[in-house]
Amino acid sequence: MIRLEGVHKAFGGTHAALAGVDLEIARGEVFGIIGRSGAGKSTLVRLLNGLERPTSGRVLIDGTDVAALDPAGLRALRRRVGMIFQNFGLLSSRTVSDNVALPLRIAGASKAEIAAKVPALLARVGLADHGGKYPAQLSGGQKQRVGIARALATDPEILLCDEATSALDPETTRSILALIADLNRELGLTIVFITHEMDVVRQVCDRVVVLHAGRAVETGTVADVFLRPQAEETRALIDESGEHAEPVGFDGPIVRLTLHGGAVLDPVLTRIARDTGTDFIILDGRIGRLKDTSFGRLTLGLLGGDTARAIAALREKGDVE
Amino acid sequence: MSTFFVNVDWAEIAQACLDTLTMLGGSLALTVLLGLPLGVVLFLTGAGQAWENRWSHGALAFGVNLLRSVPFIILLIVMIPLTVLLMGTSLGVAGAIPPLVVGAAPFFARLVETALREVDRNTVEAVQAMGATTRDLVFRALLPEALPGIIAAATVTAIALISFTAMAGAVGAGGLGDLAIRFGYQRFQTDVMLVTVVLLLVLVQFLQAAGDRLVRHFTRK
Repeated sequence: MIRLEGVHKAFGGTHAALAGVDLEIARGEVFGIIGRSGAGKSTLVRLLNGLERPTSGRVLIDGTDVAALDPAGLRALRRRVGMIFQNFGLLSSRTVSDNVALPLRIAGASKAEIAAKVPALLARVGLADHGGKYPAQLSGGQKQRVGIARALATDPEILLCDEATSALDPETTRSILALIADLNRELGLTIVFITHEMDVVRQVCDRVVVLHAGRAVETGTVADVFLRPQAEETRALIDESGEHAEPVGFDGPIVRLTLHGGAVLDPVLTRIARDTGTDFIILDGRIGRLKDTSFGRLTLGLLGGDTARAIAALREKGDVE
Repeated sequence: MSTFFVNVDWAEIAQACLDTLTMLGGSLALTVLLGLPLGVVLFLTGAGQAWENRWSHGALAFGVNLLRSVPFIILLIVMIPLTVLLMGTSLGVAGAIPPLVVGAAPFFARLVETALREVDRNTVEAVQAMGATTRDLVFRALLPEALPGIIAAATVTAIALISFTAMAGAVGAGGLGDLAIRFGYQRFQTDVMLVTVVLLLVLVQFLQAAGDRLVRHFTRK
């Protein structure tokens, strides 16, 4: 549905925000773009609705080159692509209802249509009673819900989220992510989610690209990228989210075990301990969820018994480093 | 009271007040009418905006700076031929309005540009991302969002215009400034000077208070 071919983007001078990015995003998927500030994430997402134009390369939405559209064509495309922002981008001078109605007014919808649609949109995001308030009277999470309702007003097929949860606390972030995941399931929306937080990607995304200095250093399913990172930049991002911490001192063989899917629910360690006589000391560990599957990641110290056989047995259940 | 203010001709003061208010009202209305679109165009042609164009922005900015750097008293004199052409006279209230507008509109335009730049970048992008035309963007987002800032700009401009009207008095425009100069300054009638200054002070205070009130009324932050 969305395709980037050799996209370069430079702002003035020689500094390239994007230095040759190829991507393909399928219809109905939640696609994450992760990277540090300055990696080119915001530039990339703005290419998708023509807020920025590539210096070279092509950005295709359903086969249409965004940069080749005339102003009217671009406006028509933008009605099919909703966008939400880190700072919400609400009009402070208008009520919640008027904010949500704005895209409809711009699209030339009739008064009756607007009157019918705005309450439905507000109900969809859980703000049915807040239509008459001004944005300043809402909490951060409520403001982002208004942003989402507004982005959905023109029944888009794609939703672009630019650091949509970065200004929110962890609990509000979870509730906004849950709403976004619902929209993806119920409306079949294709979602492009930009963030610098690995946790956010882990919770909602199907696939992810890691952006570093304007290049896509790694692309793949969230499980692949998160559990078996190939690029150094990816590892660094995962480390920052508290994964892969250095274990406490242990004088003996140490292995890192990664499990995912059903293996998480197997009594792996106790079984191997019984078979091989090796005891396991958990030095660091985490069991958690990737969007739809479970994962476990343990750093184990091995004590006594047949450690070689124990490691071989672990290897059968998951990835061992 | 008449023993303290022997030189004060109250009928003349009343006429001067009326003249000052007419000059202020007329020139403020025209300043907003010309300065607001000029400010919007200055903003839109600026870096990163919808009509981004270095040459037009540079030319406009140069014109605005040029007019702002001419001292108002010089502008009054330089503009006499144009004023006569427009109003038929360079004297009185009518003759004062063109130079007042030319002096204040570029100032107001710059303040409007600044107020528009204060509008949250994400808000502008959000409205563009809805498929808004530039016209939609200006009328449905930028101007409503910047309204408190624009009202504050108009208040500052109105007060600057009052001191301009006093100067215009020096070249025969009438008004309170004219009285202050002719009677208070040139004839050493301190009581006339005092009355005009107090009246100007009251006017400035009133405008500032009214402006602040309107700004508060339209601020939803």
